[in-house]
Amino acid sequence: MTTATQIPFVHYLALDDGPPHLVAHECTSCGAHYFDRRNACAGCFGTEFRSADVATTGELRTFSIVAFAAPGVEVPFVAGVVDCDGTSVMANIINVDPTPEKIHTGMSVRLATYSMGVDSDGVEAIGFGFEPAP
Amino acid sequence: MSASDEVFILGINMTKFGKHFDKDVVDLGAEAIMAALADGGVTMADMGIFAAGNLLGSGGIGQQLQKQVGQTGIPVFNVSNACATGATALRTAIMAIKAGECDMGLAVGVEKLAGAGLLAGGDRAADGDSWTPQGRYGAVGPIDGRVGTATMPGVFAQIGMEYGHRYGGVDFELFARISEKNHSHSTLNPLAAYTKAMSLEQIMGDMMIAYPNTRPMCSANCDGAAAAVVVSGAKLKTLSLEQQRRAVKVSASILTSDPYEEACQVLPNVNTLTRNAARQAYEASGVGPDDLDLVELHDCFATAELVHYDNLMLCEEGGAADFFNSGATWRTGSTPVNVSGGLQSKGHPISATGIANIWEVCHHLRGEAGPRQIEGAKVGLAHVIGLGSACGVHVLEKSAA
Ligand SMILES: [Zn+2]
Repeated sequence: MTTATQIPFVHYLALDDGPPHLVAHECTSCGAHYFDRRNACAGCFGTEFRSADVATTGELRTFSIVAFAAPGVEVPFVAGVVDCDGTSVMANIINVDPTPEKIHTGMSVRLATYSMGVDSDGVEAIGFGFEPAP
Repeated sequence: MSASDEVFILGINMTKFGKHFDKDVVDLGAEAIMAALADGGVTMADMGIFAAGNLLGSGGIGQQLQKQVGQTGIPVFNVSNACATGATALRTAIMAIKAGECDMGLAVGVEKLAGAGLLAGGDRAADGDSWTPQGRYGAVGPIDGRVGTATMPGVFAQIGMEYGHRYGGVDFELFARISEKNHSHSTLNPLAAYTKAMSLEQIMGDMMIAYPNTRPMCSANCDGAAAAVVVSGAKLKTLSLEQQRRAVKVSASILTSDPYEEACQVLPNVNTLTRNAARQAYEASGVGPDDLDLVELHDCFATAELVHYDNLMLCEEGGAADFFNSGATWRTGSTPVNVSGGLQSKGHPISATGIANIWEVCHHLRGEAGPRQIEGAKVGLAHVIGLGSACGVHVLEKSAA
């Protein structure tokens, strides 16, 4: 029996189709993007969807440096919304000091992945965030 | 009975907000109801509808409260609409009167929250020992903290920072100054959970919760209740002159939800539904933003207050920072905002908030606000947001009688 060696943290993170990227459900009528399933588009009520790759670079539109969170959540971390060529993505901003001096709205960021560890079956989970882009 | 165009607040009350260790949710709700009925000079026998809100209790709060204050067999609506629950209960009673179903109704919101922490919305279970996709995102572990934040301080921090990104002129200190204003206002409100003034240095130097919101810039979790009796214009005319004089006209009662826009399912958009509610409220009442003598708006975080100056059209679009910096929203300014101390110091017992803000406005319109009275107040606006989202806006006017 062969088993996958990697699993994405969420189903909308594609790992096996070229470089890692996010995939949205795109409304075929109006182009709205959703990261989980819809019976109808919330914007135009269309019922046809297709898969659409989301740009892997974008602009940080807003963020917060979360210093106080539920038990088990490592703090501080940076939560933000990235505008990926017209598609808004919620993500952590990673590979950067979580300080107001290092993070500002409007900064260029790019998708980055990281290992979340290997489970008892030897499967490695891969998480994603956005990191500062040069 | 026929459909009524005019609806008035006949009686209204809020309990002291804070820690009520000796009272349960029914005790608190009943305290507000009994006081609101007494304030209006009526009893449960006069009520034709009862709408009740409570988010964290066991359900059926309306019937529980009837057993405590009077069971008459009238329809009960138990409502739930996040932080807009109280406003939704009030709107439900108002709709019943407007529809001609009855000529008097009761609304209450009550919550026991003291000690609930700052976390509303945050939650993290442990990872399993096998990565197994679960839920709508096929996530192999808990999402909060890994794909953004579910905590309210973090969500509303982003909402404020996004406004700054769009229009500029916004920084940590500006948000802290908004909090300084509300804590200053709270010193005049004996019913507020916290009534201490705080300096800018104290606010900025306090524990960071979610940058740029420090602890005093977050709404205070506490216990409390608020209740209101509403009456049709026709019925009010049959009541005493004193009741007519103290009645406050509900010139607009609006409830909206968030229409679809790009990004609204990623970061809640609290702007458009508030703007829509405000526009509808101004149109229904014939009152404009310049006419408002005071505004109680939903400052669940300092970062939220800023965006609602703009959403409620108290300033020109994009001008919220300049508007605040002009001093307009201090109690001595042209548009006093949150003279109660706001949610940051008065406290935020979730379901009570959407009626307590109306109590504050009524208190001033009746000229009964004591040392914190806004002199000559004739028109006020009360606003709440429940994330998800629901927005309630009520415009209130001093009785002509
Ligand atoms: Zn669509």
